[in-house]
Amino acid sequence: MKACIAGIYEHPTRKAPDKSVAQLHAEVMNGALADAGLSKKDVDGYFCAGDAPGLGPLSMVDYLGLKVRHVDSTETGGSSYIVHVAHAAAAIAAGHCNVALITLAGRPRSEGSSGTQPRNYGANAPDAAFEAPYGPATVNMYAMVAMRHMHEFGTTSEQLAWIKVAASHHAQHNPHAMLRDAVTVKDVLDSPMIADPLHRLDCCVVSDGGGALIVTRPEIAKSLKKPIVNVLGTGAAVKGQDGGRIDLTYSATAWSAAAAFAEAKVKPADIQYVSIYDSFTITVLMQLEDLGFCKKGDGGRFVADGNLISGSGKLPFNTDGGGLCNNHPANRGGMTKVIEAVRQLRGEAHPAVQVKNCGLALANGTGGQLGSRHGSATLILGRA
Amino acid sequence: MIPVNAENKPFFDAAREGRFLLGRCKACNQLHYYPRAVCPFCSGPTDTIAAKGRGKVYAYSVMRRVAKPYAIAYVTLDEGVTVLTNLVDCDPDTIRIDAPVRVVFKPAEGGEMVPMFTPA
Repeated sequence: MKACIAGIYEHPTRKAPDKSVAQLHAEVMNGALADAGLSKKDVDGYFCAGDAPGLGPLSMVDYLGLKVRHVDSTETGGSSYIVHVAHAAAAIAAGHCNVALITLAGRPRSEGSSGTQPRNYGANAPDAAFEAPYGPATVNMYAMVAMRHMHEFGTTSEQLAWIKVAASHHAQHNPHAMLRDAVTVKDVLDSPMIADPLHRLDCCVVSDGGGALIVTRPEIAKSLKKPIVNVLGTGAAVKGQDGGRIDLTYSATAWSAAAAFAEAKVKPADIQYVSIYDSFTITVLMQLEDLGFCKKGDGGRFVADGNLISGSGKLPFNTDGGGLCNNHPANRGGMTKVIEAVRQLRGEAHPAVQVKNCGLALANGTGGQLGSRHGSATLILGRA
Repeated sequence: MIPVNAENKPFFDAAREGRFLLGRCKACNQLHYYPRAVCPFCSGPTDTIAAKGRGKVYAYSVMRRVAKPYAIAYVTLDEGVTVLTNLVDCDPDTIRIDAPVRVVFKPAEGGEMVPMFTPA
């Protein structure tokens, strides 16, 4: 094995008006180190993405008081932290570091962020002049993917709603979750339409918070107290508009998943638990298809009737309540996806949602806008 | 304000004159959108051609929870490329995928004219 995830921490805050973003990064670092049973002096690699304030790792290594010999600030939006795990494993295998710290934190809730606001990636973004005039926000760039999926495959709003229903069933057991009430398909359909065909309850929450991971070499992981969680396979991919040959029916996950499954030498049917970035219900449906859990176009039927609910469904997903119910720190879902997958493999998920004898789990994320340009990352983890 | 720069200026100059430009590669002849100086397919040099301005709706979404609801859409042009745009001068509730549309030019914030589409 190349590397192990030895430490995890999810910040319990969901609204942090009295803290700074950098402070949240420090708090999640401390949490993950304590979870691993390591100290800051052990950290010799640091990973962060666009949520890190200032000049990325330069500001954060200085602020946190780290002394590292390897840094990585790969930025692929919400999928960044899954990519970071892959890069950390590669850096460890190459001898560039022994203990890698990955942090994420943000306060979009305190700062008034909303998915209905147009996104701005700067005047030099090559697409800006051709797209900004049309009001691409976050929610409508995912909504168009849902609209096309419905047109091509007959997917329904009721089927999408089942994804939220499953997440809410899990969130009931998470005392930190922002939304803890179980909802029904009717509740989702009765919630206000935000951007056709996505209702309010098809959308994730906006929350403050953060999370951190410690990735280390197997010899070090074995010396620690926590159950060993091995990195078995990883994949990353980017999909855009292909010069105007736009096809919204699949995501970059089709490519990242193929790489991760090949490296791990397992197949979708072997996976016992999945963490799937749920920025919107359609995001989950698209990833499940592209990961190969069902055929392209069958996602609606696959998620319906509680199939994603732990204990009763065939494929338990997001047992912490996910972004749809629990939290969505920094508007980036990749970090919490890895954390809950590790909890499942350690047997540390809430007993009501813990998958029995969970030995193989998958975390998948997308970043950016599913409807225009996005990055996907796939991570397959196994209990030793 | 639209961030007009040296690379994209010809597109907005043409739009002001009612022409909707697509990128065309001088090496491989393939069309692309949005137009750019280097072909996204073969990395060759490019020029532009004016689109006929006709196409059909590939996907759309009406943003409801804002002060002024609007329809964002991808339109597949008769030339074969698909472009991000708005659907305008129509009742948002009547929009359908595959509906035929034609280009109209509307002022964006800051005064530049940009191509949008309306039912044909």
